[in-house]
Amino acid sequence: MGINAERAGGTLIAKADGRIDSSNSREFHSELEATITDSDTSVVLDFADVTYISSAGMRVILMTAKGLQQSGTGFVLCSMTDSIREVFKISGFDKIIPIHNSQAEALSAVGA
Amino acid sequence: MTATESAQKHKILVVDDEPDLEPLMLQRMRRYIRTGVYEFVFARNGVEALEALDMDESIDMVLSDINMPKMDGLTLLERIPDVAPDIRAVIISAYGDMKNIRIAMNRGAFDFVTKPVDFDDLKFTIDRTLQHIREWKDALSARDKLVVLQNELNVASMMQQSILPNKFARNDDYKLFGTMQPARNVGGDFFDVMGLSDGKVGLAIADVSGKGVPAALFMMSSRTLLKGAAMRADGPGEALSEVNDVLNEDNDACMFVTMIYAVYDPATGTLTYADGGHDPPLVVHADGTTTQLPVTEGLALGVLPGFDYNQYSHQLAPGDTVVLYTDGVTEAINSEEEQLGLHRVREAFEQNPPRDAEDAGHRVIDLVNDFAGDVPQFDDTTCLILRREG
Repeated sequence: MGINAERAGGTLIAKADGRIDSSNSREFHSELEATITDSDTSVVLDFADVTYISSAGMRVILMTAKGLQQSGTGFVLCSMTDSIREVFKISGFDKIIPIHNSQAEALSAVGA
Repeated sequence: MTATESAQKHKILVVDDEPDLEPLMLQRMRRYIRTGVYEFVFARNGVEALEALDMDESIDMVLSDINMPKMDGLTLLERIPDVAPDIRAVIISAYGDMKNIRIAMNRGAFDFVTKPVDFDDLKFTIDRTLQHIREWKDALSARDKLVVLQNELNVASMMQQSILPNKFARNDDYKLFGTMQPARNVGGDFFDVMGLSDGKVGLAIADVSGKGVPAALFMMSSRTLLKGAAMRADGPGEALSEVNDVLNEDNDACMFVTMIYAVYDPATGTLTYADGGHDPPLVVHADGTTTQLPVTEGLALGVLPGFDYNQYSHQLAPGDTVVLYTDGVTEAINSEEEQLGLHRVREAFEQNPPRDAEDAGHRVIDLVNDFAGDVPQFDDTTCLILRREG
């Protein structure tokens, strides 16, 4: 696990990789929290290099989404593999968190 | 004692009957004593040493001569584990006394130095011994944590197993069968079967986020809430809406559960279900062909209060088998890191239709196990089967 962060204007683009499951979801959560700062106006979480996400990982996404919603920070996901996109669709998470096909689409959606 | 303190200060018990070692040691080690790296305490023989170890738990290591009255150093070595099992001892022997050095090492001495004592070498030996003791204690505490964790997981596992139905009603209209194969680290799957009014039966399969005791507790409350909602609600959609609203209260931990709740009416052969963010049912027909029923566009329970859950009805034909499953089935991985996928489940049934509900359940679990081989699975493997007879 390791989160690669870059910024475009006020937007944080965070890229995770590998498997996100119960063995590393806590670590993923604390890294994500440490990466996001108060000055970020929106956050794009890029899934291009994520190969698997378990329910423990989905919980981290949910906690992050709720936290950012409270602070009025935009939060979108992008670039998922078909199988991960399916996990978000089946669980219904795609109804509460916007998912975009590419990072470019995600960035234009948050107005970056 | 905090980690920094223990890394800084170490108490060393020096055991020697010759009175001149004490001032010499204090003098040669004064720099380390002054800076608080070492603290020395002294004993004149093995008996005094054992008393000191018994009284003072903060002693980290023993530095002992061999020849002493009352109890010699070699006997002391044998006795130390009785009073202080995590203590390490270094022996001071006469130069070239290989016989006693061998005996001391065989009795568990960590190392030895020879007389006349070279204090630079002694300092090095003490530090190496203390380093070893630190690592040993770290390993012990890691093991203790692991034991606690294992106990916690055992509790969670017992809770999980205890709520699963293990007897299934048998009648001429339909047969039921459910089974769960737990992952090595307790997951959060469960299923339930509920008798409802008018001969209807409620079926639930669910997967709680996360693992361990928190997941097991969330599982317990989800199950209890569903049992209550199932009795009152007019249909599965309404039942899930009710469970969802209660689960959303005080859910700061953002736990959630995905679930299919279905009601089967044997009088009409109709299966009505709602998905709470869970894979929809698979129907295996008598000839082995399969139909995956549509999703009802639900959302995992506990995520969003006030969410309206839809439901969908499907007419079962006699001989149809409904397979409810968790993602531990479809996301089982093999040594090539491929996922089993629903298509393999469908192919297996198409090649060889299930004989009955129990056969269908065992076949799903066997399929997962054959596919996974030796690869440890991260998730529980669970399925609940309903077969319309006739």
